[in-house]
Amino acid sequence: MSSDNQQPFVTDSSKVGTETREARLSGQDNRFNSRLREAFGSSPFILTKFDKFMNWVRGSSMFMLQFGIACCSIEMMHTYAVKHDLDRFGAGVPRASPRQADVIIIPGTIVSKFAPRMKRVYDQMPEPKFVIGMGSCTISGGPFQEGYNVVKGAEEVIPVDIHVPGCPPRPEALIYGVAKLQERIANGESSPVTVKPYELEEFGDLERDEIVDQLAQEIDVEDLVMRYNWADSP
Amino acid sequence: MSVELPADTDAVQTPEEIADLLGDLVIGREEHLNAPGFVIKPDTVVDALRRLRDQAGFDHLSCVTAEEYEDRYESIYHLTSYDDRTQEVSIVVPADKENPVSQSANEVFRTADWHEREAYDLIGIEYDDHPDLRRILLPETWQGHPLGQSYDQDQPQVVPLREHQNPLLEDQKADNDSETMYLNIGPHHPATHGVLHIKTVLDGEQVVDLEPDIGYLHRCEEQMCQNSTYRYQIMPYPDRWDYISAGLLNEWAYARTAEELADIEVPEYAQIIRTMGAELCRMAAHFLALGTFALDIYGDFTALFMYSIRDREKVQNILEELTGQRLMFNYFRLGGVVWDLPEPREEFFEMTRDFLDDLPTALEEYHDMMTSNEILQVRTVDTGVLPPEVAKSYGATGPVARGSGIDYDVRRDDPYGYYENLDWDVVTEDGCDNFSRLLVRMREVEESAKIVEQCIDLLEDWPEDERNIQSNVPRTIKPDDDTEIYKAVEGAKGELGIYIRSDGTEKPGRFKIRSPCFSNLQTLPEMSNGEYVPDAIASLGSLDIVLGEVDR
Ligand code: SF4
Repeated sequence: MSSDNQQPFVTDSSKVGTETREARLSGQDNRFNSRLREAFGSSPFILTKFDKFMNWVRGSSMFMLQFGIACCSIEMMHTYAVKHDLDRFGAGVPRASPRQADVIIIPGTIVSKFAPRMKRVYDQMPEPKFVIGMGSCTISGGPFQEGYNVVKGAEEVIPVDIHVPGCPPRPEALIYGVAKLQERIANGESSPVTVKPYELEEFGDLERDEIVDQLAQEIDVEDLVMRYNWADSP
Repeated sequence: MSVELPADTDAVQTPEEIADLLGDLVIGREEHLNAPGFVIKPDTVVDALRRLRDQAGFDHLSCVTAEEYEDRYESIYHLTSYDDRTQEVSIVVPADKENPVSQSANEVFRTADWHEREAYDLIGIEYDDHPDLRRILLPETWQGHPLGQSYDQDQPQVVPLREHQNPLLEDQKADNDSETMYLNIGPHHPATHGVLHIKTVLDGEQVVDLEPDIGYLHRCEEQMCQNSTYRYQIMPYPDRWDYISAGLLNEWAYARTAEELADIEVPEYAQIIRTMGAELCRMAAHFLALGTFALDIYGDFTALFMYSIRDREKVQNILEELTGQRLMFNYFRLGGVVWDLPEPREEFFEMTRDFLDDLPTALEEYHDMMTSNEILQVRTVDTGVLPPEVAKSYGATGPVARGSGIDYDVRRDDPYGYYENLDWDVVTEDGCDNFSRLLVRMREVEESAKIVEQCIDLLEDWPEDERNIQSNVPRTIKPDDDTEIYKAVEGAKGELGIYIRSDGTEKPGRFKIRSPCFSNLQTLPEMSNGEYVPDAIASLGSLDIVLGEVDR
């Protein structure tokens, strides 16, 4: 990603709506593709039913990634524990490894040093995977948006399916968000990516400019890097 | 590593005695609101600090503040004493604007290591003889020093995702017999309590070298506060430093500092409400520490973790009634609190009393399942040993210091709020191990309950027409130019201090946070080197860090 082409931040809500609607109309978008679906690919009749069944299953038993970042993770813990008990909704099994999880709740502020690591964790999750952004920080950077080191929202790094606003959102709000996500999954919907995410790329592939030249001594061309542009993000 | 031991001295030093002691090292005097300030040359830091530590009893380097002025850089060493918190002195070390170099204090106080790395990272002062002057909070490829004056926030940055290397690999080339393994713990790992990264080198199952790598949650809290006005805008941020429900304790740190800075009185009634709220917060924070500790030690997600969350929910309900929020209270205002106790008051008192009445049974349950649990005992007794002199050198405070037998609590030693008038004790344990730190927290919950109970009694009988929750505070607060102050309170994790320098506007010129977790976490290598990996994890759990406060 380069700094000079403006990021296509879609402010026109009708456009977002259209893309979502399209995804809905065409039934499946490719984030739902699975090996099983390929195997059953020859028979269209079973395929539709099977997909429906699989989506229902997916929505009804979600493995969450045990992933804490900041203040919101405290409320997330409360959501898993007594009183709120997210397990009642078939979504209360926190997994410590991203390789066993289908849903990642991002509970907190993402800063430049953590962004590449979060991307890594997300990449390690098997498809299909879903993302819940919890709290204002994952929407826009929240109270810390002005900070020199803060990534302005999780969508700068990975696509987000559901945003739960609040600072922090109450556990009830998070449960509502999870329930909404389950509903969408069961219907085979997922959200389009509205912001071009920061990419992890090899240092050698970055467009050459002043900062890249400055760092040429310190970073190998093969090192994975993420460009961070405080001013350019929406 | 060995720690230099301070010599025993008698306390109470007047500024003149200190001046005599420092002698010709002093090149100027300053007056900070909390302490006398002595200006010294950048190459005499070690000498001055050692004299103060050995001959005047200033054995606690509470904080190092760095800042940049128009014409110079400055590092301020805030010293105080574990025996007498009211003894304070600031050592001001100016450094050249063009070439800011200053001597490192690491030789005298271990804790200076990280503080100076932070100063280098954010402000750009270089420290001579520092063992390892690297960036600490920002990625190592960061360009510029963001709290310096010439920093351009709009410039792009490149952040690498590096494989971390085994730092001992080089040494082993000569000797092929021993082999060590390098292990990354975190930044995404359930046992690190957030986004902490620990670089660990193992020999078999033993830790040979361990280094916490922080900065994954560096949210520019200091910059945020510097860009906000004293009166209203800063107060929401402290809630987010130590976010384990310790909000009111943090707010108090800011309130105390700013009230002293702007000379604001707080009505007695408001002080009692503050004290009660703060202690409720402390209980909630300690409950979570207990629950996650059990989770770390023997994976107890089903019983103890849930119990602790249950008790936290109760406290949070009370706090929600009081403040209107579950976690980010924003309840304190300069000069008092934002509103009175909720009506009907009887219901609120009853609810709180109910909680306090149930507490002994709950705590007994914890003791049955935790402290008398053999697995836990085997894992925690005599592991993660932190001798008191090491703890002091690292500036450890709070339950970590008290678990090492250091009788130090800002609530009692430098009283504020209503603590002085209440009957409670400072809890210490001298096992110095993980178990002691756990015990200290559990006993502190009882002490907090005592305090809350007394506060409630007082509040209940308070005459209706004297319920003054806020004093008169001007709409905009503009302290005089160049007033400096450093004040601390006892947060859930230890001494939470704030340094403010005013610049004549309604926003602080420099706002520096002294986080207890930052200093406490620094002791982790001392406790873990030579121990087994699971013990290192137990030690980390017993430190009860919260990354929002470590990284700020
Ligand atoms: S949204 Fe608020 S509560 Fe959540 S992580 Fe951000 S600052 Fe903390």
